[in-house]
Amino acid sequence: MLGEVFDMKIKTMLLGSGAVMLIAASAVAQDGQTTESPVAGEPMADEMTIVSWGGAYQDSQLKAYVEPYLEMHPEVQVTWDESSAEAVAGMRAQSEANNVTWDLVDVTAADAMRLCDEGLAMEVDIDEIAAPAPDGTEASEDFGEDMLVSDCFIPQIAYSYTFGYRTDVAEWDGNTPSSICDVFDLETFPGRRSLERRPHNNMEWALICDGVAMDDVYDALETEEGRQQAFAKLDTIKDQTVWWTAGADTPQLLADGEVVFGSTYNGRLFSLIVEQDQPVEMMWDTQSYDLDGWVIPADLGEEELNRVKDFLWFATDTQRLADQAKYISYGPARASSAPLVGEHATLGIDMAPHMPTNPENATNAFVQNYEWWADYRDDLDAEFQAWLAQ
Amino acid sequence: MADATTGPDQFTGPTPDNAIREADRAGRTEPMVAADGTPLKRSLNRALRRQKLRALALISPLLIFILVTFVAPIADMLFRSVENQIVSETLPRTVVALEDWDGTGVPDEEVFRALAADLVVAEELKNHTRLGSRLNYEMTGMSSLMRQTGRDVDEIGEVLTDQFVELDPAWEEPATWVSLMARDGWVEDQAEWVAAAEEAEAAQDAAATPEERRALAFDEPEPTFRVSDAAQEAFPRTARIYGQFADITQTEDEDSPTEEEPWNIVYQALYEDLSAGTAQGYDGPEADLVARSEAAVSDFDAPSVRSFFVDEIDEDWADPEVWGTIQAFSSPYTAGYFLSAVDLKLTPDGIEAQDADQSIYILLFERTMFMSLTIMFSCILLGYPIAFLLSNLPMRTSNLLLILVLLPFWTSLLVRTSAWKVLLQQQGVINDILVWIGLVSDTNRLALINNQTGTIIAMTHILLPFMILPLYSVMKTIPPSYVRAAKSLGATNWTAFWRVYFPQSVPGIGAGCILVFILSIGYYITPELVGGTTGTFISNRIAYHISSSLNWGLAAALGTILLVLVLALYYLYDRIVGIDNVSLG
Repeated sequence: MLGEVFDMKIKTMLLGSGAVMLIAASAVAQDGQTTESPVAGEPMADEMTIVSWGGAYQDSQLKAYVEPYLEMHPEVQVTWDESSAEAVAGMRAQSEANNVTWDLVDVTAADAMRLCDEGLAMEVDIDEIAAPAPDGTEASEDFGEDMLVSDCFIPQIAYSYTFGYRTDVAEWDGNTPSSICDVFDLETFPGRRSLERRPHNNMEWALICDGVAMDDVYDALETEEGRQQAFAKLDTIKDQTVWWTAGADTPQLLADGEVVFGSTYNGRLFSLIVEQDQPVEMMWDTQSYDLDGWVIPADLGEEELNRVKDFLWFATDTQRLADQAKYISYGPARASSAPLVGEHATLGIDMAPHMPTNPENATNAFVQNYEWWADYRDDLDAEFQAWLAQ
Repeated sequence: MADATTGPDQFTGPTPDNAIREADRAGRTEPMVAADGTPLKRSLNRALRRQKLRALALISPLLIFILVTFVAPIADMLFRSVENQIVSETLPRTVVALEDWDGTGVPDEEVFRALAADLVVAEELKNHTRLGSRLNYEMTGMSSLMRQTGRDVDEIGEVLTDQFVELDPAWEEPATWVSLMARDGWVEDQAEWVAAAEEAEAAQDAAATPEERRALAFDEPEPTFRVSDAAQEAFPRTARIYGQFADITQTEDEDSPTEEEPWNIVYQALYEDLSAGTAQGYDGPEADLVARSEAAVSDFDAPSVRSFFVDEIDEDWADPEVWGTIQAFSSPYTAGYFLSAVDLKLTPDGIEAQDADQSIYILLFERTMFMSLTIMFSCILLGYPIAFLLSNLPMRTSNLLLILVLLPFWTSLLVRTSAWKVLLQQQGVINDILVWIGLVSDTNRLALINNQTGTIIAMTHILLPFMILPLYSVMKTIPPSYVRAAKSLGATNWTAFWRVYFPQSVPGIGAGCILVFILSIGYYITPELVGGTTGTFISNRIAYHISSSLNWGLAAALGTILLVLVLALYYLYDRIVGIDNVSLG
């Protein structure tokens, strides 16, 4: 308490000199506090609608930075909208109706690119949106080029699509799956699988298991033959597959024993395995990396925009992103957050081994090509949905 | 029956309606006259009109509400099924240039030049991706083609830019362009505006408090740029693209054309205009520069725009099918969405069947009809005995049973659907019981969910009250004495039921069938949750196109077809059963 008051004093005393501010800022930031955002003092809206994914992930956002932010700004009211899965459609509809009701939207990297391309999301200068790291490193450098995949994208986490499998399947005769291709092996590993009801990852995994090298997957998918090859491979397990749309589906299906294998976000499986202690194991082989982050809708009002900027400055700083990893096993997007990742908030276990980026888990990882997906999503979606319906 | 005095109107007497009819029937040649001398007909009509207006005023709040919140949005959505302005709006030059293309081979340089100019503008406005998505509905691959092209298209004309600037560095100056292109007086207006802005800024700097500063903020926009008529005449293409450049610079980038160097494509257009010779004898501003440049352009190295598109950007631009698609969809209205909705497609050569691996809609419509009918018949089978029982039991017992029918009816749809998930899944209650009794083996559990069976079971349960309630209310009104009379005349139980009771309950079946069938044909949530991929309806596909693929036009076309289908079935039902025979109790 005393320390906080003291810090506040230092801040007010040194206001005006940018250079000294920075030193004060980093001193404060190490304390778990954050610097004042560049828009502090400007008129701001008191209401903010945040669009996210619901479930364990939204909880982690709530606990790591929304609740702390609301404590600092009790006048603000946050409304959640769990529509991230339909964010592109929603933002387009709102923009066409000229009535943008969302202030901040959590989307995957590929969706961020689409939204940016269509002019539905605002282009941002990451250094003006996100605070520098505690050691003074600019945000753009701290996130790094690998994370900043689009001009509109403000990264939060790196996650991955992985498979979980049940450990108590009698028909498997004690075999445990260790490779992505075991998903397609109905003889050794009989039982139903759950896969996402979109082409992402499924097409890639099918090709990889049909002998295409990881590096050639996207070249192959650009051709008609490559897609047919992927569909043919998926055909082999089609009648044994349950198709999921929500991230919570696979954990539920695995817990019920409805499926023996299922793909989903690694954080959901973490909560199933570690927090709920179900007889399920994670298979990290050929996990497929993806990114998730914020976009700001284009044409936001000035006061709304100021509020969003003020919130983002806090919510994407080094400590907050590290805090988020206490609640869910997704890797923070900032390099400077990695060393701060500690233990699970309630279970007290070390989170590092559960991160998709942990070297042991990442030995045979696959990196999704977001740019390629932004280009080809429409094409492949049409074919994939038709294939599913037939 | 149609007696002159007690005809269609059963109530005789001095009502205005009757008086008019009376007058008509009498067939008088002289008009009847009211007390004030005006023809009776007219004065009555006036009185009636007032009455009608009052009635209209009474219902108008509801009418307006329904029109604004229900009819208008639906009409707007349905309109999207034929609307196709995006192509002609995004590619105005290309659409015109393509009119002369005969559909074979690769279009000529002119078309590519038009395309380049259109796409540069579209890329600046971020419209090209939407256009790509739109055309992708018709031809797979257009979306990625447009995106890739958008990334490189700003390079077109770069070589010419360099040559113009080398010829005279003045071409690099925004000021040269402004004086060449701007309408009379714009330069002066703009200078005044700059001066005013600077003055305001100075005043702001001098202000003491932030509030004062804010009050002094200068937020008047720069005077809108307009191209002069002389420039339009001498450089038609350049003027058009420069006008768009200035417009986008002012409105999108909130910059000034006096500060920004034009896009490369403007130099390309300038080259085209100067080569075409339209600028000969031009004597407006910068005439000397124009004359020198015009003399020089014949020596310029001007790379072909067509080969840039084909060789540098994507070889698909040499594919006649791509151009055919653009041409086929260049009109502002299209039947394309409706054709797609019935597994056909509009190609440059006319209407063709959709590729087998992409044709699903007829299948889905058939499946929707088949499953809705199945659900309807299962509802009759299950609902009829219950309604019969309800209407024949003593009041106290039947009320208790009725509550049992209504209880699930009042429960949330999602809860009931989720409950079916728990019951029907392979490790679920029903399968567990079957395994326990020994009817199925543990390794061979029944697949009751995520397929058609799941949808039919869950939806039959959910829609059952809609069958039971109308049946019940109709059966309540059937006097038990009729059946008793039949029996007393020697009919067996079955004959009495089938010949006497059942025909009287048909109106209830009719009402229940219409309700259940129409509700189920547009059902969405339950099939989505328990239908897997084989148990989904056309409505799931519509939802997919609304929220995921963003193909709203196709969704609207599918919705329209569904609506027409329901209306047609309703009409058919009216003709066969008669809508008067439907009773909701």
